[in-house]
Amino acid sequence: MAQAVKKKVEGPSADKVHVWPYLVRLEFMCAIICMIVLTVWSIVIDAPLEEAANPTKTPNPSKAPWYFLGLQDILVYFDPWFAGVVAPSLIIVGLMLIPYLDVNPKGNGYYTYAERKVAIWVYCFGFLVLWIALIIMGVFLRGPGWNLFMPWEYWDPHKVVALTNVDLPYAFGIRTYNAAMIFGGLVVGGYFVLGTMVYFFMERKALKNVGFLRMFLKIQLLLIMVGIVVKIVLRLGFNIKYVWVTPWFNI
Amino acid sequence: MDQIKSGKIFSELAKTVTESQVWTSSFRHGYADTPRNRVLQIASNVWLHLHPVKIQRHALRIKFTWCMGGITFLMFLVTVVTGVVLMFYYRPVGEYAYYDMKYLQYDVPFGMLMRNMHRWAAHSMVITVWLHMFRVFLTGSYKPPREFNWVIGVFLVTFTLLLSFTGYLLPWDQLSMWAVTVGTNMARATPFLGHEGPFAEFVGVSPRYDARSVLLGGSLVGPPALLRFYVLHCIFIPLVAGALMIVHFWRIRKDGGISGPL
Repeated sequence: MAQAVKKKVEGPSADKVHVWPYLVRLEFMCAIICMIVLTVWSIVIDAPLEEAANPTKTPNPSKAPWYFLGLQDILVYFDPWFAGVVAPSLIIVGLMLIPYLDVNPKGNGYYTYAERKVAIWVYCFGFLVLWIALIIMGVFLRGPGWNLFMPWEYWDPHKVVALTNVDLPYAFGIRTYNAAMIFGGLVVGGYFVLGTMVYFFMERKALKNVGFLRMFLKIQLLLIMVGIVVKIVLRLGFNIKYVWVTPWFNI
Repeated sequence: MDQIKSGKIFSELAKTVTESQVWTSSFRHGYADTPRNRVLQIASNVWLHLHPVKIQRHALRIKFTWCMGGITFLMFLVTVVTGVVLMFYYRPVGEYAYYDMKYLQYDVPFGMLMRNMHRWAAHSMVITVWLHMFRVFLTGSYKPPREFNWVIGVFLVTFTLLLSFTGYLLPWDQLSMWAVTVGTNMARATPFLGHEGPFAEFVGVSPRYDARSVLLGGSLVGPPALLRFYVLHCIFIPLVAGALMIVHFWRIRKDGGISGPL
């Protein structure tokens, strides 16, 4: 059983083994090891229990459970309706759409990078950077006032951070509300329209095989994902608060 | 000495044990390692028959599966068992919840251990389910004919997070109350349905009557929220997640077993 498979597997039915004992014993061993690790972990490290809940005493910083800290971190760059509601919904829907959008027949059931580079890059970027890296940042580097602290820095609750952010239309010298709203709308709309057009032009040969709806949804989801990064860069690099301000929502 | 060197002593020992009166009276017949019996061990066992009787050799390789789906399920089972034990001692009532936690930790035999195992297994489950999903993506196992099972899997990831999140409130300490406050505050920004969300003015929602108050049973994280989260955590989400797990495992079989090179 433990010997490496030398010959290439020819088909799904080739080279089968009995589940009893080969798989069952593996599962059994795996379960025992996991239970030992979990038991030792539970004996050595206690689950946290702080003082009793007190609605009049807000801790600073107040953090969501660690697995949601990536979302809490993009609250810095986006309003709650996007960071807290639309973004997680899009993540769930986008993940569910993956098998229907990715029509590349290669790489089904084995590890390959060469045969599906784009898919792997997109997923790894979303999972490792936008999800895991932001969680690590949220857990370890976000202190009082949700300010960024390096690991060696003291979490000073009175840290002064200059708020010099302006909206994108303002940075371009637009001072009236309505003109700013139109300008912002053009920028955001233009980003999506141009992005979609460029994608459709570059992938025009694939249109026949992949289909319009697939390609359209794919590029919209991708543009939203890239847009989150663009907004983060605009904020951190250029102190831009909002790109588009309307009476109903801000982006 | 020769017997030890040749390993014969083990077969002698096994023979002594299996021919003893205690053994023969306990087990009515032996197990012959024949292909037929190997199949029957799986097919005629209610717990094991979830498996096919034969699988492709590559499916045994930990490098291929990372074991993550199975470990996720194991962690779920651990939280079910330890969770039931915790339910004997915990009351989801504003006045009692926190003191029941103290009681559990300091007075109940193995209470602290049960609580620790429940919490660490839950956190492990979150991590392992992400890694399982990552593995399934990297092996392209969501591709036809397994698209639908991937969708079920995304539901299961979501429910894993919701299970963990609803459980986070139950200790009823500062950590849990404010983490859940931060989390559920997002609901009031829901477009149309949250009172601070875009277009809320067209729907007429208020702080006492919007997406967040439905979730919390009030306008802040108080005793009604504790009860709601308790019921969601112990009954509703486990039932839904359990049902989806049944579908998930069943579909693995129906979609041709674990994925592999075609």
